[in-house]
Amino acid sequence: MIARPLIETSDQVFVLLKEWLVGFLPASWQPAAGVVLCVAAIVGLFPVLFALTTVLERKGLGRIQNRIGPNRVGPLGLLQPLADGIKSLTKEDIVPASADRVVHFLAPLVLVVAVFMGFAVVPMGRNMVLVDVDAGLLFYFAMGTSTELAIFMAGWSSRNKYSLLGAMRAVAQMISYEVALLLSSVVVVMMAGSLSLTKIVAAQNQYTWGLPHWYIFTPWGLAGFLMYAIATTAETNRSPFDLPEGESELVAGYHTEYSGFKFALFFLGEYLAMFSISGLGATLFLGGWSAPFSFLTWIPSWIWFFSKLMLSIFVFIWLRGTLPRLRQDQLMNFAWKFVLPMTLLNLLVAALWRFLGEGWERWVFCTVILVVAYVVMGRMEMRREHFGPRSYRYAE
Amino acid sequence: MSLIFYLLAALTVAGALAAMLLKNTVHCALALTVAFAGLALLFLNLDAQFAGFAQILVYIGAVAILVVFAILLTRGSETPQGGVFSRSWLAGLTAAAAVFAVFAWAVAASAPRLPRAAAPATAATPASTVSPAPAVTVEQIGRALTGRYVLPLEIVAVLLTVALIGAVIVAMHEKVEAK
Repeated sequence: MIARPLIETSDQVFVLLKEWLVGFLPASWQPAAGVVLCVAAIVGLFPVLFALTTVLERKGLGRIQNRIGPNRVGPLGLLQPLADGIKSLTKEDIVPASADRVVHFLAPLVLVVAVFMGFAVVPMGRNMVLVDVDAGLLFYFAMGTSTELAIFMAGWSSRNKYSLLGAMRAVAQMISYEVALLLSSVVVVMMAGSLSLTKIVAAQNQYTWGLPHWYIFTPWGLAGFLMYAIATTAETNRSPFDLPEGESELVAGYHTEYSGFKFALFFLGEYLAMFSISGLGATLFLGGWSAPFSFLTWIPSWIWFFSKLMLSIFVFIWLRGTLPRLRQDQLMNFAWKFVLPMTLLNLLVAALWRFLGEGWERWVFCTVILVVAYVVMGRMEMRREHFGPRSYRYAE
Repeated sequence: MSLIFYLLAALTVAGALAAMLLKNTVHCALALTVAFAGLALLFLNLDAQFAGFAQILVYIGAVAILVVFAILLTRGSETPQGGVFSRSWLAGLTAAAAVFAVFAWAVAASAPRLPRAAAPATAATPASTVSPAPAVTVEQIGRALTGRYVLPLEIVAVLLTVALIGAVIVAMHEKVEAK
C-alpha cells in the first residue's frame, strides 16, 4: 500500500529534509553542515516553543486563578510573546555601580549555553538525536550541574543581599535535588542496561498485547517517575519550589539586578531547562518518541515526543497555579529525608524486580514494598518539629 | 600534538594562572572552574567520554560550588588587607620545581609507549599510520569497577560515608537542655 512509505516519510521528514539540504554542498563539508543545520534547528525551535509556553502559562495561570490572562495583543492574547520580546530588547540595561561587571555579564550567557547543550543528547524522534553519545545521560546531567554555577555567579555579582540570599538558596536546593534526580534516573539505566538515551528509548519501544513497555507502567518506574518529577520541579526552581525567586520574599532572587535582555535570557534559560528536563523525563520513563499503543505507531515519532513534552509543561503550569510554596527548610528536609531514601529503596526494588523474573509475584511484591515504605516514611516525617535557638558545637 | 590540544592546554593553563593571580577570591574560584573545564575538554579530546563528563559533573558541578560556598561563608570574599604573596616564596618555588621535574620525567619516559607515538610530532599525520587508542565504553568501566577494582570502589564508598557523617556532625543542631 502507499500508506507505508507515506508513514515512514512523515516520520523521517526532518531527517530527509536535512539530508536534501546538505546534499547541495561538497562531500567533505557535509557532516559539519549537517551538524550546523541540526544545531540551528534546535536553537530556532525551542525559543519559539518558549514563546508559546509563556503565553500558555499566563493564560493557564489566569484561568486557574479565575481571571482571563493577557488578551490584548493579538487574538486571545497569543501574540503577547512578541510584545514581551520587543519590550525586553528595548529596555535599558542597568548594571548596578558596585556590581562585578564581567561576572554579571557572563552569568546569563553561561546559563543559556549550558541549557542548550543539554538538548544535544535528547532523542526527539526516530533517528533524530543530535549526538548519539554512549554516555548520553551523564552528559546531560553534567550540563545540568553547570547551570548551578551560573545562578551563583548571577547572585553574587549583583552585590545585593537579596540576590546573594536567593542565589545561595537556589544553589542549596539544586544540589539537594540533583542527588534525587540522578538516583531516580539510575534506576532506568540499571533496567535498560545503557547510559545511551537512544538505547533507553529502544528498550521501551516494544509492545505486549498492544501496550507499550514504558517504564512508568512498572512499580519502580512509577515511583522513579514521581520522584523524577519532584526533583525536576525543584531543579528548575518552579513552584512549589520557587523560594529562590519568590516574588513576595526576595524581590526576584538572583535575577533582581538584571533588566532588559539579560533578564529575558534568564527567563529563556529557565524555560529551556524545563523543556530539556521534561524531554529527558519523557525519554527515561514515558518511552521517548514511542507511541502509547501499537495501533498508533502510524503517527510520526516526533509528534509523540513533543506531545509528551507539552503535557509535562502543562503539568508544571498546573502545579504552579495550584500548590503553595514550600519553605526552605521544608524543601531541604523533604529532599534529604524523604526523596533520597525512597530513591535508594527504588533501586533495591528494581533489582528485586529483575531477579524475581517474569510473573505476577514481582508486580505484587514490588508494589507492596514501595507503598509500605511511602506510608511509613511519610508518617515519620509528620512529627512535630521543635524550634529553638541554634548553637553550633564546633563554631564557637 | 594537534591544534586543538594546544588551544585546550592554553585554556587550562590560563585558567590555572588566573586562579593564582587574580585579586578577588571569587574570581579565582571561577577561573579555577575554567581550568576544570579545560581538563574535561582534554579528556574528551582523548575520547575518554566517561572521564570527561564525570569531570564536568563532579568538579564543575560540585567541587567548584563547594569552593565558592566556602569562600562566601567565611571571610575569604573580602579583598585581603595585606599582601597575598607569602614570605616563604623560595621554598614554595623549590617544591613546585621538584614536582614539575617529577611529572616531566614521568611524561617523557612514557611517551614511547603511547599508541600515537609512532607518528612524528607534527600537525599533519595521516590517520592510517596511527594506531587508534582503545575505545572504552561505560560498560567496560562498570565491569572493571565491580570486578577487578571492587576494593577501591568500596574504600571510596566508605570515605564518602565518613565525609557525609562528618559534615552532619559539624553542622548538627545542638540539643537544647532546658526547655
